[in-house]
Amino acid sequence: MTSLLANFRRWQFWLTLIGLIALVIYPNVASSYLISLLTEVFVFAIFAMSLDLLLGYSGLSSFGHAAFFGLGGYILGFVARNWTANMFITLPIVLIGSALGALIIGFFALRTSGLSFLMFTLAASQMFFGIAIKWTAVTGGSDGLSGIPRPTIGVGDTVYRFGTGFQFYFVALIFFLIAFWLMRQLVHSPFGRALIGIKSNEARMKALGYNTWRYKMMAFTLAGVFAGLSGYLFAYFNRHVSPETFYWTTSGQVMIMVIIGGAGSLTGPALGAVLVRLLPSYVSSYTERWHAIMGLVFILFVLFAPQGIIGLLKKVGRVSNSPNEP
Amino acid sequence: MTQLKADHLHKDFGGLTALVDVTLEVKSGERRAIIGPNGAGKTTFFKLLAGEHIPTSGRVYFDGQDITHLPVHARANLGLSHTFQRNNLFFDLTVFENVRLAVQHHRRLAWQMFKSAGSYQAINEETEKILSQLGLSDHRQQLARHLAYGQQRSLEVALALATEPRALLLDEPTAGMSPAETAEMAKFIESLPRSLTMLIVEHDMDVVFSLADRITALHYGQVIAEGSPEEVRSNPMVQEIYLGTQSAVKRHL
Repeated sequence: MTSLLANFRRWQFWLTLIGLIALVIYPNVASSYLISLLTEVFVFAIFAMSLDLLLGYSGLSSFGHAAFFGLGGYILGFVARNWTANMFITLPIVLIGSALGALIIGFFALRTSGLSFLMFTLAASQMFFGIAIKWTAVTGGSDGLSGIPRPTIGVGDTVYRFGTGFQFYFVALIFFLIAFWLMRQLVHSPFGRALIGIKSNEARMKALGYNTWRYKMMAFTLAGVFAGLSGYLFAYFNRHVSPETFYWTTSGQVMIMVIIGGAGSLTGPALGAVLVRLLPSYVSSYTERWHAIMGLVFILFVLFAPQGIIGLLKKVGRVSNSPNEP
Repeated sequence: MTQLKADHLHKDFGGLTALVDVTLEVKSGERRAIIGPNGAGKTTFFKLLAGEHIPTSGRVYFDGQDITHLPVHARANLGLSHTFQRNNLFFDLTVFENVRLAVQHHRRLAWQMFKSAGSYQAINEETEKILSQLGLSDHRQQLARHLAYGQQRSLEVALALATEPRALLLDEPTAGMSPAETAEMAKFIESLPRSLTMLIVEHDMDVVFSLADRITALHYGQVIAEGSPEEVRSNPMVQEIYLGTQSAVKRHL
């Protein structure tokens, strides 16, 4: 058992290293279209992992996670257009703004649970959508905010500008790696175990002395911050932010990424983001009915691989590693 | 010194009165058993103490502090822990993880967000200690749902003990156990430190009479007798209620 685990870990280590090298080489050989495709995948992987903190670890079925994705994008759009695109300034503002948004929505949403929680979060994100459409002076109405400048970093006169898609690819990659690492640490920490405990049996957690409401508030806020980060990157990437980022279809799409990838594993939802973002652009070059294909893929996963991509990989790994174990 | 006090507790469920004017004082370090036939209000009384229900009127005190309206988790943090009548475990987690969740909270490490939970040696050691106390060490990597029923019952008690309570409320700790398991559990409860205050609701009269310093008998939501095991045993009302209903009591009467 232990040696199997060690084998798996070694295998995992080499795979990670090869993967990282490939990700660094990739933009040097790929076309700008393919570069932008993968940049988008990094952004949505952060988004999907942040929802996994709620869906897979805390047992909170949020159907309004787009609220923070959109919030991150709009705050960036507003700040970058009116003040500066320097990430040293825009990043903290967006992270704090998303945290505040999540605190406020979480404060009310976490008084409910189950289906009412799902409906409440959905309603909250739709409210944000409504504000984005109506408050034209700040949000640009249904056009959104366009002409967001490219990101820069630096202090004073020494400013570096990430002016090309090639350069922004690395910005997204680095943010993805940092976000993945932070969330990985989080879910394995005592706090992360406590979230799993709440998902497993909240009444017992209370009997042990856990103030579960506070833990859920923290989880909801952190998930909101990471979702805000992904929306922030998405707005920089598109140089545009539209009300659709708040719309329930965005929440639905990220939920599908988590479910197809495999909730409660972080890596799974990241892989889910790869599939859900890449498959349509691949399939749509063959047929216009790519929505139907995506629907079919989703149904097949729910029916035959409820543990998602990560569940399938684990099954394959177990079979090849230990033919004797069931 | 009185540690746990129920003061004129009254509980109605809609039109149904479950408890009538129950007053009870448990001294620090005392082992108190609550007995009574089915429907006597034992479980309701237990839940008022544990915080799962709020009384219609009356007060609950712990160490002199009014805890009547305190939520479950706050009571646990004061040192008043309880077990559940039906196993209420983290069924989809390992046995080790079950106990670790209790230990990491008690050690005030549950808000740590960065270091891996497994890297806290103090938590690991204490978890192992508790598992071995309850004979669960060999099952540490099993999911709680895959344990035998009696072992789940032990884990139920282990979770409550892992918070190092000053008072422990046990709701039928041996319910559903085989005679051998029951004897083992009774022996284990008896081996707990004498400083730990215990209030135990139990059907098995062998367990009750061997463990309890004092016994309170409930009937139709009221206290009908209270005293040492001998006093309660010889109480005519208790005899009348139990006669012919539970042979185990008759054996002790």
